[in-house]
Amino acid sequence: MAVPSFLARERIIAKPGFNRWLIPPAALAVHLCIGQAYATSVYKAALVKHFDTSLTAIGIIFSIAIVMLGLSAAVFGTWVDRNGPRAAMFTAACFWSAGFLVGSLGISTGQLWLVYLGYGVIGGIGLGIGYISPVSTLIKWFPDRPGLATGMAIMGFGGGALIASPLSRQLMDMYDPSYNPADKTSVPVGSAVAMLFLTLGLVYLVFMLFGAFIVRVPADDWKPAGFDPSTVKQKALVTTESVSAANSIKTPQFWLLWVVLFCNVTAGIGILEQASPMIQDFFRDGTTSAVAATAAAGFVGLLSLFNMGGRFLWSTTSDYIGRKPIYMIYLGGGIVLYIILATLGSTATWIFVLTAAIIISFYGGGFSTAPAYLRDLFGTYQVGAIHGRLLTAWSAAGVAGPLIVNTVLDSRGTPGELVAGDYRPALFIMVGLLAVGFVANLLIKPVAGKWHEPKSDAVRTAERSAA
Amino acid sequence: MSSTSTTDRQPTHTPAALIAFAWTLVGVPLAYGLYQTVKTATSLFTG
Repeated sequence: MAVPSFLARERIIAKPGFNRWLIPPAALAVHLCIGQAYATSVYKAALVKHFDTSLTAIGIIFSIAIVMLGLSAAVFGTWVDRNGPRAAMFTAACFWSAGFLVGSLGISTGQLWLVYLGYGVIGGIGLGIGYISPVSTLIKWFPDRPGLATGMAIMGFGGGALIASPLSRQLMDMYDPSYNPADKTSVPVGSAVAMLFLTLGLVYLVFMLFGAFIVRVPADDWKPAGFDPSTVKQKALVTTESVSAANSIKTPQFWLLWVVLFCNVTAGIGILEQASPMIQDFFRDGTTSAVAATAAAGFVGLLSLFNMGGRFLWSTTSDYIGRKPIYMIYLGGGIVLYIILATLGSTATWIFVLTAAIIISFYGGGFSTAPAYLRDLFGTYQVGAIHGRLLTAWSAAGVAGPLIVNTVLDSRGTPGELVAGDYRPALFIMVGLLAVGFVANLLIKPVAGKWHEPKSDAVRTAERSAA
Repeated sequence: MSSTSTTDRQPTHTPAALIAFAWTLVGVPLAYGLYQTVKTATSLFTG
Protein backbone atom coordinates (compact mmCIF):
# COMPACT_ATOMS: atom_id res chain seq x y z
CA MET A 1 0.00 0.00 0.00
CA ALA A 2 1.76 3.16 -1.21
CA VAL A 3 1.50 6.40 0.72
CA PRO A 4 1.36 9.99 -0.60
CA SER A 5 4.84 11.38 -1.20
CA PHE A 6 4.62 13.94 1.64
CA LEU A 7 4.29 11.04 4.08
CA ALA A 8 6.97 8.85 2.54
CA ARG A 9 9.94 7.68 4.57
CA GLU A 10 12.35 9.10 1.95
CA ARG A 11 11.00 12.60 2.62
CA ILE A 12 11.86 12.56 6.31
CA ILE A 13 15.43 11.27 6.36
CA ALA A 14 17.27 13.64 8.68
CA LYS A 15 20.18 15.59 7.31
CA PRO A 16 23.53 15.46 9.12
CA GLY A 17 23.46 17.67 12.20
CA PHE A 18 19.79 17.06 12.99
CA ASN A 19 19.19 17.05 16.75
CA ARG A 20 17.71 13.71 17.83
CA TRP A 21 16.09 15.30 20.91
CA LEU A 22 13.30 16.50 18.64
CA ILE A 23 12.15 12.88 18.24
CA PRO A 24 10.96 12.12 21.82
CA PRO A 25 8.45 15.03 21.81
CA ALA A 26 7.19 13.80 18.41
CA ALA A 27 6.62 10.37 19.95
CA LEU A 28 5.08 11.89 23.07
CA ALA A 29 2.69 13.98 20.95
CA VAL A 30 1.19 10.70 19.74
CA HIS A 31 1.34 8.66 22.93
CA LEU A 32 -0.05 11.42 25.16
CA CYS A 33 -3.13 11.45 22.90
CA ILE A 34 -3.75 7.74 22.55
CA GLY A 35 -3.16 7.24 26.29
CA GLN A 36 -6.69 8.66 26.66
CA ALA A 37 -7.80 5.04 26.24
CA TYR A 38 -7.11 4.55 29.94
CA ALA A 39 -9.36 7.44 30.95
CA THR A 40 -12.67 6.02 29.72
CA SER A 41 -14.01 5.53 33.26
CA VAL A 42 -14.58 9.31 33.47
CA TYR A 43 -17.67 9.19 31.25
CA LYS A 44 -18.73 5.56 31.74
CA ALA A 45 -21.59 6.39 34.12
CA ALA A 46 -22.81 9.15 31.79
CA LEU A 47 -22.97 6.74 28.84
CA VAL A 48 -24.76 4.08 30.92
CA LYS A 49 -27.42 6.66 31.79
CA HIS A 50 -27.59 8.18 28.30
CA PHE A 51 -28.03 4.82 26.51
CA ASP A 52 -30.07 3.39 29.41
CA THR A 53 -27.95 0.24 29.34
CA SER A 54 -25.61 -1.80 31.56
CA LEU A 55 -22.06 -1.05 32.63
CA THR A 56 -20.98 -4.17 30.73
CA ALA A 57 -22.46 -2.84 27.47
CA ILE A 58 -20.47 0.39 27.89
CA GLY A 59 -17.36 -1.47 29.04
CA ILE A 60 -17.40 -3.32 25.71
CA ILE A 61 -16.40 -0.04 23.97
CA PHE A 62 -13.03 -0.11 25.77
CA SER A 63 -12.62 -3.86 25.28
CA ILE A 64 -13.14 -3.55 21.51
CA ALA A 65 -10.58 -0.73 21.39
CA ILE A 66 -7.92 -2.78 23.23
CA VAL A 67 -8.54 -5.87 21.08
CA MET A 68 -8.31 -3.70 17.93
CA LEU A 69 -5.11 -2.16 19.32
CA GLY A 70 -3.44 -5.58 19.44
CA LEU A 71 -4.83 -6.73 16.10
CA SER A 72 -4.00 -3.56 14.18
CA ALA A 73 -0.50 -3.36 15.68
CA ALA A 74 0.08 -6.96 14.59
CA VAL A 75 -1.46 -6.57 11.11
CA PHE A 76 -0.08 -3.11 10.23
CA GLY A 77 3.32 -3.46 11.97
CA THR A 78 5.16 -4.34 8.76
CA TRP A 79 3.41 -1.50 6.91
CA VAL A 80 4.51 0.91 9.67
CA ASP A 81 8.12 -0.26 9.44
CA ARG A 82 8.13 -0.01 5.63
CA ASN A 83 6.53 3.43 5.32
CA GLY A 84 8.09 5.13 8.32
CA PRO A 85 6.82 7.06 11.33
CA ARG A 86 5.26 10.05 9.54
CA ALA A 87 2.88 7.90 7.51
CA ALA A 88 2.10 5.85 10.61
CA MET A 89 1.51 8.88 12.87
CA PHE A 90 -0.62 10.57 10.21
CA THR A 91 -2.72 7.44 9.76
CA ALA A 92 -3.02 6.94 13.52
CA ALA A 93 -4.12 10.58 13.93
CA CYS A 94 -6.83 10.16 11.27
CA PHE A 95 -8.17 6.92 12.76
CA TRP A 96 -7.98 8.04 16.40
CA SER A 97 -9.67 11.36 15.62
CA ALA A 98 -12.28 9.77 13.32
CA GLY A 99 -13.03 7.28 16.09
CA PHE A 100 -13.96 10.13 18.42
CA LEU A 101 -16.01 11.92 15.76
CA VAL A 102 -18.00 8.80 14.84
CA GLY A 103 -18.39 8.05 18.55
CA SER A 104 -19.68 11.58 19.10
CA LEU A 105 -22.22 11.07 16.33
CA GLY A 106 -23.30 7.81 17.94
CA ILE A 107 -23.84 9.47 21.31
CA SER A 108 -25.70 12.43 19.75
CA THR A 109 -28.05 10.16 17.80
CA GLY A 110 -28.43 7.59 20.57
CA GLN A 111 -26.86 4.75 18.57
CA LEU A 112 -24.51 2.70 20.74
CA TRP A 113 -23.34 0.58 17.80
CA LEU A 114 -21.85 3.72 16.27
CA VAL A 115 -19.81 4.22 19.44
CA TYR A 116 -18.62 0.60 19.20
CA LEU A 117 -17.68 1.19 15.56
CA GLY A 118 -16.21 4.66 16.15
CA TYR A 119 -14.23 4.62 19.38
CA GLY A 120 -13.92 0.82 19.51
CA VAL A 121 -13.05 -0.29 15.97
CA ILE A 122 -11.86 2.87 14.15
CA GLY A 123 -10.26 4.44 17.22
CA GLY A 124 -8.78 1.06 18.20
CA ILE A 125 -6.98 0.85 14.84
CA GLY A 126 -5.58 4.34 15.51
CA LEU A 127 -4.46 3.15 18.94
CA GLY A 128 -2.55 0.17 17.54
CA ILE A 129 -0.83 2.06 14.72
CA GLY A 130 -0.14 5.05 16.98
CA TYR A 131 1.32 2.90 19.75
CA ILE A 132 3.97 1.30 17.54
CA SER A 133 4.50 4.28 15.21
CA PRO A 134 7.45 5.92 17.02
CA VAL A 135 9.02 2.84 18.63
CA SER A 136 11.30 1.61 15.86
CA THR A 137 12.31 5.20 15.01
CA LEU A 138 13.25 5.94 18.63
CA ILE A 139 15.33 2.76 18.86
CA LYS A 140 17.21 3.79 15.71
CA TRP A 141 17.81 7.34 17.00
CA PHE A 142 18.94 6.09 20.42
CA PRO A 143 20.96 2.91 19.76
CA ASP A 144 23.01 3.79 22.85
CA ARG A 145 19.92 4.08 25.10
CA PRO A 146 16.97 2.18 23.59
CA GLY A 147 15.35 1.60 26.98
CA LEU A 148 15.42 5.32 27.78
CA ALA A 149 13.99 6.18 24.38
CA THR A 150 11.09 3.74 24.36
CA GLY A 151 10.51 4.43 28.05
CA MET A 152 9.94 8.11 27.27
CA ALA A 153 7.38 7.37 24.57
CA ILE A 154 5.50 4.64 26.37
CA MET A 155 5.54 6.73 29.55
CA GLY A 156 3.50 9.14 27.43
CA PHE A 157 0.81 6.51 27.04
CA GLY A 158 0.49 6.40 30.84
CA GLY A 159 0.63 10.20 30.94
CA GLY A 160 -2.18 10.47 28.41
CA ALA A 161 -4.66 9.12 30.93
CA LEU A 162 -3.43 11.56 33.59
CA ILE A 163 -4.20 14.42 31.22
CA ALA A 164 -7.46 13.10 29.75
CA SER A 165 -9.16 12.30 33.07
CA PRO A 166 -9.15 15.81 34.63
CA LEU A 167 -9.44 17.50 31.22
CA SER A 168 -12.55 15.46 30.37
CA ARG A 169 -14.16 16.37 33.69
CA GLN A 170 -13.47 20.05 33.12
CA LEU A 171 -14.79 19.94 29.55
CA MET A 172 -17.96 18.09 30.56
CA ASP A 173 -18.42 20.64 33.33
CA MET A 174 -18.21 23.35 30.65
CA TYR A 175 -20.69 21.60 28.31
CA ASP A 176 -23.15 20.66 31.08
CA PRO A 177 -23.51 23.39 33.74
CA SER A 178 -25.56 21.05 35.94
CA TYR A 179 -22.66 18.60 36.18
CA ASN A 180 -20.42 18.95 39.24
CA PRO A 181 -17.09 17.08 38.86
CA ALA A 182 -16.42 17.43 42.60
CA ASP A 183 -19.61 15.49 43.40
CA LYS A 184 -19.04 11.74 42.88
CA THR A 185 -22.79 11.16 42.34
CA SER A 186 -23.12 13.84 39.64
CA VAL A 187 -23.40 12.49 36.08
CA PRO A 188 -23.13 14.70 32.96
CA VAL A 189 -25.77 14.51 30.23
CA GLY A 190 -25.09 12.57 27.04
CA SER A 191 -24.79 15.69 24.88
CA ALA A 192 -21.89 16.86 27.08
CA VAL A 193 -20.07 13.56 26.41
CA ALA A 194 -20.80 13.93 22.67
CA MET A 195 -19.27 17.41 22.75
CA LEU A 196 -16.33 16.06 24.75
CA PHE A 197 -15.71 13.42 22.07
CA LEU A 198 -15.92 16.07 19.36
CA THR A 199 -13.45 18.33 21.19
CA LEU A 200 -10.99 15.55 22.01
CA GLY A 201 -11.16 14.26 18.44
CA LEU A 202 -10.17 17.64 17.01
CA VAL A 203 -7.54 18.47 19.65
CA TYR A 204 -5.91 15.05 19.32
CA LEU A 205 -5.86 15.38 15.52
CA VAL A 206 -3.88 18.63 15.69
CA PHE A 207 -1.54 17.33 18.40
CA MET A 208 -0.76 14.06 16.65
CA LEU A 209 -0.24 15.77 13.29
CA PHE A 210 2.33 17.99 15.00
CA GLY A 211 4.21 14.82 15.98
CA ALA A 212 3.95 13.53 12.40
CA PHE A 213 5.24 16.89 11.11
CA ILE A 214 8.41 17.02 13.23
CA VAL A 215 9.39 13.34 13.21
CA ARG A 216 12.45 12.27 11.21
CA VAL A 217 14.26 9.01 10.60
CA PRO A 218 18.04 8.79 10.83
CA ALA A 219 20.08 8.15 7.69
CA ASP A 220 21.29 4.57 7.35
CA ASP A 221 24.86 5.51 8.19
CA TRP A 222 23.99 7.78 11.13
CA LYS A 223 25.12 7.03 14.64
CA PRO A 224 25.32 9.22 17.77
CA ALA A 225 28.58 11.06 18.35
CA GLY A 226 31.00 8.88 20.29
CA PHE A 227 28.83 5.76 19.94
CA ASP A 228 30.62 2.53 19.07
CA PRO A 229 28.14 -0.17 17.92
CA SER A 230 30.64 -2.89 18.83
CA THR A 231 30.15 -2.08 22.52
CA VAL A 232 26.46 -3.04 22.19
CA LYS A 233 27.31 -6.41 20.71
CA GLN A 234 29.43 -7.30 23.74
CA LYS A 235 26.40 -7.41 26.03
CA ALA A 236 24.67 -10.73 26.64
CA LEU A 237 21.58 -11.47 24.50
CA VAL A 238 22.17 -8.41 22.33
CA THR A 239 22.48 -9.02 18.61
CA THR A 240 23.63 -6.87 15.73
CA GLU A 241 22.02 -9.33 13.32
CA SER A 242 18.60 -8.82 11.73
CA VAL A 243 15.53 -11.04 12.04
CA SER A 244 12.43 -10.33 9.94
CA ALA A 245 9.00 -10.01 11.53
CA ALA A 246 7.81 -13.08 9.60
CA ASN A 247 10.68 -15.17 10.94
CA SER A 248 10.53 -13.74 14.47
CA ILE A 249 7.20 -15.44 15.19
CA LYS A 250 8.77 -18.79 14.27
CA THR A 251 11.32 -18.46 17.08
CA PRO A 252 10.79 -19.65 20.67
CA GLN A 253 12.21 -16.33 21.88
CA PHE A 254 9.24 -14.40 20.49
CA TRP A 255 6.68 -16.67 22.16
CA LEU A 256 8.60 -16.80 25.44
CA LEU A 257 8.58 -13.00 25.49
CA TRP A 258 4.88 -13.08 24.55
CA VAL A 259 4.25 -15.25 27.64
CA VAL A 260 6.39 -12.90 29.77
CA LEU A 261 4.42 -9.83 28.67
CA PHE A 262 1.08 -11.63 28.95
CA CYS A 263 1.80 -12.77 32.53
CA ASN A 264 3.17 -9.40 33.64
CA VAL A 265 0.24 -7.45 32.15
CA THR A 266 -2.42 -9.88 33.40
CA ALA A 267 -1.04 -9.61 36.94
CA GLY A 268 -0.97 -5.80 36.80
CA ILE A 269 -4.45 -5.46 35.31
CA GLY A 270 -5.73 -7.61 38.18
CA ILE A 271 -4.98 -4.73 40.54
CA LEU A 272 -5.59 -1.80 38.20
CA GLU A 273 -9.12 -2.91 37.27
CA GLN A 274 -10.19 -3.30 40.89
CA ALA A 275 -8.03 -0.64 42.54
CA SER A 276 -10.74 1.53 44.04
CA PRO A 277 -13.06 -1.16 45.51
CA MET A 278 -10.05 -3.33 46.39
CA ILE A 279 -8.48 -0.90 48.86
CA GLN A 280 -11.86 -0.34 50.51
CA ASP A 281 -12.53 -4.10 50.74
CA PHE A 282 -9.10 -4.79 52.24
CA PHE A 283 -9.90 -2.50 55.17
CA ARG A 284 -13.59 -3.32 55.52
CA ASP A 285 -15.16 -3.98 58.87
CA GLY A 286 -18.68 -5.21 58.30
CA THR A 287 -20.41 -2.89 55.86
CA THR A 288 -18.11 0.08 56.41
CA SER A 289 -14.55 0.54 55.21
CA ALA A 290 -11.76 2.38 57.00
CA VAL A 291 -10.80 3.82 53.59
CA ALA A 292 -13.20 6.51 52.35
CA ALA A 293 -14.28 6.75 48.68
CA THR A 294 -12.21 9.92 48.20
CA ALA A 295 -9.11 8.21 49.61
CA ALA A 296 -9.78 5.25 47.28
CA ALA A 297 -9.84 7.69 44.35
CA GLY A 298 -6.52 9.03 45.63
CA PHE A 299 -5.15 5.47 45.57
CA VAL A 300 -6.16 5.13 41.90
CA GLY A 301 -4.35 8.42 41.20
CA LEU A 302 -1.25 7.19 43.01
CA LEU A 303 -1.26 3.98 40.96
CA SER A 304 -1.47 6.05 37.76
CA LEU A 305 1.63 7.96 38.84
CA PHE A 306 3.55 4.75 39.56
CA ASN A 307 2.32 3.22 36.28
CA MET A 308 3.70 6.19 34.38
CA GLY A 309 6.87 6.58 36.43
CA GLY A 310 7.65 2.85 36.17
CA ARG A 311 7.50 3.05 32.40
CA PHE A 312 10.33 5.55 32.32
CA LEU A 313 12.39 4.55 35.36
CA TRP A 314 12.54 0.77 34.85
CA SER A 315 13.00 0.92 31.09
CA THR A 316 15.89 3.37 31.52
CA THR A 317 17.38 1.13 34.22
CA SER A 318 17.28 -1.79 31.78
CA ASP A 319 19.86 0.01 29.63
CA TYR A 320 22.33 -0.45 32.48
CA ILE A 321 21.44 -3.87 33.95
CA GLY A 322 20.07 -5.59 30.83
CA ARG A 323 16.62 -6.65 29.67
CA LYS A 324 16.56 -10.19 31.05
CA PRO A 325 17.59 -9.15 34.59
CA ILE A 326 15.02 -6.33 34.69
CA TYR A 327 12.21 -8.76 33.76
CA MET A 328 13.49 -11.07 36.51
CA ILE A 329 12.93 -8.13 38.87
CA TYR A 330 9.44 -7.38 37.45
CA LEU A 331 8.33 -11.01 37.66
CA GLY A 332 10.33 -12.29 40.67
CA GLY A 333 9.75 -9.08 42.62
CA GLY A 334 6.10 -9.22 41.59
CA ILE A 335 5.76 -12.71 43.07
CA VAL A 336 7.14 -11.54 46.43
CA LEU A 337 5.01 -8.39 46.42
CA TYR A 338 1.81 -10.26 45.52
CA ILE A 339 2.43 -12.72 48.36
CA ILE A 340 2.97 -9.79 50.76
CA LEU A 341 -0.21 -8.17 49.45
CA ALA A 342 -2.24 -11.35 49.91
CA THR A 343 -0.93 -12.17 53.38
CA LEU A 344 -0.04 -8.84 55.01
CA GLY A 345 -1.89 -6.34 52.79
CA SER A 346 -4.82 -5.93 55.16
CA THR A 347 -2.66 -5.36 58.27
CA ALA A 348 -1.69 -1.77 57.43
CA THR A 349 -2.72 0.71 54.74
CA TRP A 350 0.89 1.67 54.02
CA ILE A 351 1.84 -1.96 53.30
CA PHE A 352 -1.11 -2.30 50.90
CA VAL A 353 -0.43 0.98 49.12
CA LEU A 354 3.33 0.49 48.83
CA THR A 355 3.18 -3.09 47.50
CA ALA A 356 0.38 -2.27 45.02
CA ALA A 357 2.23 0.83 43.81
CA ILE A 358 5.47 -1.06 43.16
CA ILE A 359 3.57 -3.88 41.40
CA ILE A 360 1.98 -1.30 39.09
CA SER A 361 5.35 0.32 38.40
CA PHE A 362 6.57 -3.15 37.28
CA TYR A 363 3.44 -3.45 35.11
CA GLY A 364 4.29 -0.18 33.38
CA GLY A 365 7.96 -1.12 33.12
CA GLY A 366 7.02 -4.40 31.42
CA PHE A 367 5.35 -2.46 28.61
CA SER A 368 8.11 0.04 28.02
CA THR A 369 11.04 -2.39 28.22
CA ALA A 370 9.52 -4.84 25.72
CA PRO A 371 10.58 -2.95 22.54
CA ALA A 372 14.20 -2.71 23.76
CA TYR A 373 14.15 -6.44 24.60
CA LEU A 374 12.92 -7.13 21.05
CA ARG A 375 15.68 -4.94 19.65
CA ASP A 376 18.25 -6.92 21.64
CA LEU A 377 16.93 -10.26 20.39
CA PHE A 378 15.91 -9.51 16.80
CA GLY A 379 17.84 -6.36 15.85
CA THR A 380 16.39 -3.09 14.56
CA TYR A 381 15.50 -4.41 11.07
CA GLN A 382 11.72 -4.87 11.61
CA VAL A 383 11.48 -4.25 15.33
CA GLY A 384 8.32 -2.14 14.96
CA ALA A 385 6.48 -4.94 13.18
CA ILE A 386 7.68 -7.51 15.71
CA HIS A 387 6.56 -5.22 18.54
CA GLY A 388 3.16 -4.98 16.89
CA ARG A 389 2.83 -8.76 16.88
CA LEU A 390 3.92 -8.92 20.53
CA LEU A 391 1.15 -6.52 21.56
CA THR A 392 -1.43 -9.27 20.97
CA ALA A 393 -0.24 -10.43 24.42
CA TRP A 394 -1.65 -7.16 25.80
CA SER A 395 -5.02 -7.79 24.13
CA ALA A 396 -5.13 -11.32 25.55
CA ALA A 397 -4.14 -10.07 29.01
CA GLY A 398 -6.78 -7.35 28.78
CA VAL A 399 -9.37 -10.11 28.57
CA ALA A 400 -7.71 -12.62 30.97
CA GLY A 401 -6.82 -10.22 33.84
CA PRO A 402 -10.30 -8.86 34.57
CA LEU A 403 -11.83 -12.29 33.85
CA ILE A 404 -9.69 -13.97 36.54
CA VAL A 405 -10.35 -11.29 39.17
CA ASN A 406 -14.07 -10.92 38.42
CA THR A 407 -14.68 -14.69 38.32
CA VAL A 408 -12.97 -15.16 41.70
CA LEU A 409 -14.76 -12.21 43.29
CA ASP A 410 -18.15 -13.24 41.88
CA SER A 411 -17.73 -16.65 43.48
CA ARG A 412 -16.85 -15.13 46.87
CA GLY A 413 -19.71 -12.70 47.44
CA THR A 414 -21.32 -9.47 46.33
CA PRO A 415 -19.55 -6.15 45.75
CA GLY A 416 -19.63 -3.93 48.80
CA GLU A 417 -19.42 -6.90 51.17
CA LEU A 418 -16.11 -8.43 50.07
CA VAL A 419 -13.11 -8.49 52.41
CA ALA A 420 -9.36 -9.04 51.98
CA GLY A 421 -9.66 -12.83 52.20
CA ASP A 422 -11.97 -12.88 49.18
CA TYR A 423 -9.17 -11.46 47.01
CA ARG A 424 -6.58 -14.05 48.11
CA PRO A 425 -7.43 -16.75 45.50
CA ALA A 426 -7.13 -14.17 42.70
CA LEU A 427 -3.87 -12.82 44.11
CA PHE A 428 -2.36 -16.30 44.34
CA ILE A 429 -3.43 -17.03 40.75
CA MET A 430 -1.43 -13.91 39.82
CA VAL A 431 1.55 -15.30 41.78
CA GLY A 432 1.30 -18.49 39.70
CA LEU A 433 1.11 -16.49 36.47
CA LEU A 434 4.14 -14.43 37.42
CA ALA A 435 6.04 -17.65 38.18
CA VAL A 436 5.21 -18.91 34.67
CA GLY A 437 6.44 -15.60 33.24
CA PHE A 438 9.60 -15.78 35.36
CA VAL A 439 10.46 -19.24 33.98
CA ALA A 440 9.66 -18.11 30.41
CA ASN A 441 12.06 -15.19 30.82
CA LEU A 442 14.78 -17.49 32.16
CA LEU A 443 14.43 -19.68 29.07
CA ILE A 444 15.12 -16.80 26.65
CA LYS A 445 18.40 -17.37 24.81
CA PRO A 446 19.91 -15.63 21.75
CA VAL A 447 18.05 -16.27 18.49
CA ALA A 448 19.51 -19.10 16.39
CA GLY A 449 21.60 -18.04 13.41
CA LYS A 450 19.26 -19.72 10.91
CA TRP A 451 16.69 -16.95 11.51
CA HIS A 452 19.11 -14.11 10.75
CA GLU A 453 18.66 -12.25 7.49
CA PRO A 454 21.35 -13.06 4.91
CA LYS A 455 24.36 -10.81 5.35
CA SER A 456 24.03 -9.45 1.85
CA ASP A 457 20.63 -7.98 2.80
CA ALA A 458 21.31 -7.13 6.38
CA VAL A 459 24.48 -5.19 5.75
CA ARG A 460 23.24 -3.54 2.58
CA THR A 461 23.03 -0.37 4.57
CA ALA A 462 26.66 -0.42 5.63
CA GLU A 463 27.81 -1.19 2.12
CA ARG A 464 25.82 1.73 0.73
CA SER A 465 27.26 4.15 3.21
CA ALA A 466 30.78 2.90 2.60
CA ALA A 467 30.36 3.28 -1.16
CA MET B 1 16.56 5.53 1.64
CA SER B 2 19.20 5.51 -1.02
CA SER B 3 17.15 7.86 -3.15
CA THR B 4 18.34 10.90 -1.22
CA SER B 5 20.50 13.08 -3.37
CA THR B 6 23.75 14.73 -2.29
CA THR B 7 21.94 18.07 -1.97
CA ASP B 8 19.45 16.50 0.42
CA ARG B 9 22.25 15.38 2.71
CA GLN B 10 23.65 18.87 3.25
CA PRO B 11 24.25 19.43 6.99
CA THR B 12 21.43 21.07 8.87
CA HIS B 13 21.01 22.70 12.24
CA THR B 14 17.97 22.07 14.40
CA PRO B 15 17.00 25.40 16.00
CA ALA B 16 17.08 25.21 19.79
CA ALA B 17 13.82 27.18 19.81
CA LEU B 18 12.08 24.42 17.85
CA ILE B 19 13.29 21.78 20.33
CA ALA B 20 12.19 23.96 23.26
CA PHE B 21 8.80 24.58 21.62
CA ALA B 22 8.24 20.86 20.96
CA TRP B 23 9.15 19.89 24.52
CA THR B 24 6.95 22.67 25.92
CA LEU B 25 4.02 21.55 23.80
CA VAL B 26 4.13 18.05 25.27
CA GLY B 27 5.49 19.10 28.67
CA VAL B 28 2.74 21.56 29.59
CA PRO B 29 -0.20 19.10 29.25
CA LEU B 30 1.86 16.43 30.99
CA ALA B 31 2.63 18.80 33.87
CA TYR B 32 -1.10 19.67 34.07
CA GLY B 33 -1.99 15.97 34.24
CA LEU B 34 0.69 15.27 36.84
CA TYR B 35 -0.45 18.20 39.00
CA GLN B 36 -4.10 17.13 38.86
CA THR B 37 -3.24 13.51 39.63
CA VAL B 38 -0.94 14.39 42.54
CA LYS B 39 -3.76 16.58 43.88
CA THR B 40 -6.15 13.61 43.68
CA ALA B 41 -3.58 11.20 45.12
CA THR B 42 -3.04 13.36 48.21
CA SER B 43 -6.62 12.56 49.25
CA LEU B 44 -5.34 9.05 49.98
CA PHE B 45 -3.37 10.50 52.86
CA THR B 46 -5.80 13.25 53.87
CA GLY B 47 -9.21 11.79 52.94
